[in-house]
Amino acid sequence: MRHVITLLVENEFGVLARIASLFSGRGFNIECLSVAETLDPTVSTMTIITHGDDQIIEQVLKQLNKLIPVIKVVDLVDKDFVEREMVLVKVSATEKTREEILRITDIFRGKVIDVGARTYTIEVTGDEKKMDALLTLLKPLGIKELVRTGRVAMARGSKAITELT
Amino acid sequence: MKKTGSQIIIECLKKEGVETLFNYPGGAVLPFFDELVDAPFHQILVRHEQAAVHAADGYARASGKAGVVVVTSGPGATNTVTGIATAYMDSIPIVILTGQIPTHLIGNDAFQEADIVGITRPCTKHNYLVKEIKDLSRILREAFYIARSGRPGPVLVDLPKDILVGSAEFKYPEKVSIRGYRPTLEGHPGQVQRAVHLILKSKKPVFYVGGGIISSNASRELFAFSDKLGIPVTMTLMGLGGFPGNHPLSLGMLGMHGTYQANMAVMESDLLIAVGARFDDRVTGKLESFAPQARVIHIDIDPTSISKNVKVDLPIVGDCKRTLSKMLSLIEKEDHQALREGLHKWHRQIESWKAIYDMHYQQEQIIKPQYVIEKMDELTGGEAIVTTEVGQNQMWAAQYYKFLKPRTFLTSGGLGTMGYGFPAALGAQVAFPNRLVIGISGDGSFQMNSQELATAVQYRLPVKVAILNNGFLGMVRQWQEFFYGKRYASSSLEGVSPDFVKLAEAYGAVGLRATKPEEVVPVLKKAFSIPEPVVIDFLIDPEENVYPMVPAGEPLNQMRLV
Ligand SMILES: Cc1ncc(C[n+]2csc(CCOP(=O)(O)OP(=O)(O)O)c2C)c(N)n1
Repeated sequence: MRHVITLLVENEFGVLARIASLFSGRGFNIECLSVAETLDPTVSTMTIITHGDDQIIEQVLKQLNKLIPVIKVVDLVDKDFVEREMVLVKVSATEKTREEILRITDIFRGKVIDVGARTYTIEVTGDEKKMDALLTLLKPLGIKELVRTGRVAMARGSKAITELT
Repeated sequence: MKKTGSQIIIECLKKEGVETLFNYPGGAVLPFFDELVDAPFHQILVRHEQAAVHAADGYARASGKAGVVVVTSGPGATNTVTGIATAYMDSIPIVILTGQIPTHLIGNDAFQEADIVGITRPCTKHNYLVKEIKDLSRILREAFYIARSGRPGPVLVDLPKDILVGSAEFKYPEKVSIRGYRPTLEGHPGQVQRAVHLILKSKKPVFYVGGGIISSNASRELFAFSDKLGIPVTMTLMGLGGFPGNHPLSLGMLGMHGTYQANMAVMESDLLIAVGARFDDRVTGKLESFAPQARVIHIDIDPTSISKNVKVDLPIVGDCKRTLSKMLSLIEKEDHQALREGLHKWHRQIESWKAIYDMHYQQEQIIKPQYVIEKMDELTGGEAIVTTEVGQNQMWAAQYYKFLKPRTFLTSGGLGTMGYGFPAALGAQVAFPNRLVIGISGDGSFQMNSQELATAVQYRLPVKVAILNNGFLGMVRQWQEFFYGKRYASSSLEGVSPDFVKLAEAYGAVGLRATKPEEVVPVLKKAFSIPEPVVIDFLIDPEENVYPMVPAGEPLNQMRLV
C-alpha cells in the first residue's frame, strides 16, 4: 500500500544522506521525496512517499524515528490529508495542437509560463490523480520534457504536524 | 577560558569519566596526541586500528563503560570500520575519534582524506563531522550520551585538524538535549500488566534472553523472576552470562548450535518471553515455524527490534531491567502459586529432552576442543572473562563453558568478526588487570590480529590465548563437509600456519603447546599461573564438528545431533 510520510528533521548537513541510506540499506523503496526548510530555520520538513505492506511500513516508521536528527514522523495515510505537487511540462505546440494545449491547461487550472517557437511550457499544481490525468492528455500531443517537484503533504484540520500523534 | 580544540576534547573526556584510550597516531590527529602527552589517561597503543576498536569494545563489554578510540584520518579511520560494524551489530558503547584533514580541504581528495562519516553512517548509532569549534564540546557530550543510552552503540566524531588547533571559549554543556532522541525507558504500564497476566496463565513459558539483558544490567532481575516462578531461561549467544549457566532452570543457548532442550522448549512453548533479544535468523531458524505454539511477549528498548522478524503478541518498549523489575513486583502481588506448581510438568518435559540429548563428546586419543573448554571451565570455576573468535571455537566456548555472570563472555555475535577475540581480550584485561582473561581462538582467526601480541607484551597484559588448532578454517570446513560434498575449497590451513609457540616467543610472550589429552590440564594450569601473555597451541582433532546443528533455514527442531 502507498504511504505518505511527513517528517520533521534537524536542518543540518547529512540528514538527507542518512534518510536516503536508511532506505537503500534496508531495501525500502522511495517513490518520491521532497525537503525544505520550515519557518524555524533549524528544522526541515520532508515528505516521503513509499510502498510496502504493514510490517514494512511499521519498520520504515520505526527506523526513521530511530535516526537521531529525525524529530517527528507521521504517517498521513490513516489521517485526512492534502497532497500537492507541481509539474512543469514542455509540450510540442503546432498549429494544430496549440488550442488543445491551452484548453487542457485551462481545465487543469494551469498556466503557460513560457512560449517557444514550437513549444509551450506549462505549470500545473495538484494531487497525484490530477497530474496523471493531465499527463495522459498531454502525452499524445508530445511532451518534450517533464519536471515534477515531488509531492508535499499536510494533514487537514487545525493541527500542525507537531501536534499530531 | 579559551582552549584549543585538542584541550577541549581532553577536558570533555575527563568530564565523561574516561580513563583509557585505545589509540594509533597519524598526521591529521597529531595536535591531539601532542596534548595527550600530559593528559591523565591510560593509553594503549595498538598495532592496527581495527584492533583498537575491538579492544575498546572488549573493554566496554567487560566493564560496562564506554570504550574510547583515537585514530588518524584516511587509512587510520577506514581501518576502524570492521571494529565499528562489530560493535554496532552487538550494541556496544564506543566513541571513536578520528582525525580529519582541515575543513577547507575536505572534498579535495587531499592526502589521507576519507569520508569516514559517509563510510560509517550505516554502522554507527550516529556520527558527526565537527565543522565549527564552537560545536565541539556539545558534540562530544552528545556522542557519549548517545553511545551509552537507549540501545547503546558506537558513535564516531570526525575532527578536522583546524578544529584541533583552533581555539574557543570552553564551556562544558552539563545538560544534553537532543529533540530527536529520547529513548523510552519505562514500559507502558498497561502492557506490563497484560504481560503479567499472560505469564500467570501460561503452562510452558520460556524466557528467551539476549544481549539486552547484559547491556541493561538486568541479570539480577531476570534471576529473581525466573527463580521465583520457575520459568526456564534460554540465552542467545549474546545473552550468555545473563543467567547462570549451571542453574537447573538454564536451558543453555538456543538456535543453530543451541542445546536440544533449548530448541525443543522454544518449539513447544506456549509463551515466549523475549527480553533484549532480536529474533536473529541464527536463533529462529525457519521463521514460519519458529515457536509455533507460543504467544510472544517482547521487551526491548529498541522499537525497531520489535515485530521485525516475528509477529509479537505483546510488545513492550522499555529498558529490560526496569521492565522486569516492574513485572516482578506486579506478579508478587498476584497469586502465582498455581503457576509455579503447574510448571512441574513443564520442567519434567524439559528433563526428558535433556535425557534424549545432552551436550556430549568422546575424548579419544586426540584432543577434543570440547574437552579443552570443559577443563577451562572447571579450572576457573566459570569465573574467567572469556572472549572468542568466530567459528567452531566460538560455538564450543558457548556450549561448554558455563558462564555464571554477565560481562564474562565477549564474542562477536551479530557481525561474526574473525579477529575480534584477541584484541577484545586485551581490552577486557585493561579494564580488569587482575582478572583471568582467556581468549579462545582458532588457527585462522588468530592470524587476523596476531600483531596485537606486541601490544600485549608492551603493556604486560597477561591474557591467555587458547588456540584450538584444527588446521582448518573449521566452521567453513564443517559447512563444506555437510553441504558441499566435502570439497574443502580454501579452508585448509594445514602445514601453512606459523608455529604459534615460536610466534608468541618472537613477540616476547610465552608460548605453550598441548598435543595429547593428558597435557591439556597441566598446560592450562601452567598458563594460568604465568603473569604474562601466553599463547597456547592446542592441537585438536582436525575434523571435529559442532553439534547440535540446525541447518540454516530449517525449523529449530530439525537438529543434526551426530
Ligand atoms: C573476517 C571474517 N572473514 C570470514 C569469516 C567467515 N568465517 C566464519 S568461521 C570461519 C573459519 C574460522 O576458522 P578458525 O578461526 O580457524 O576457527 P574454527 O572454526 O576452526 O574454530 C570463517 C572463515 C568471518 N566470520 N569473519
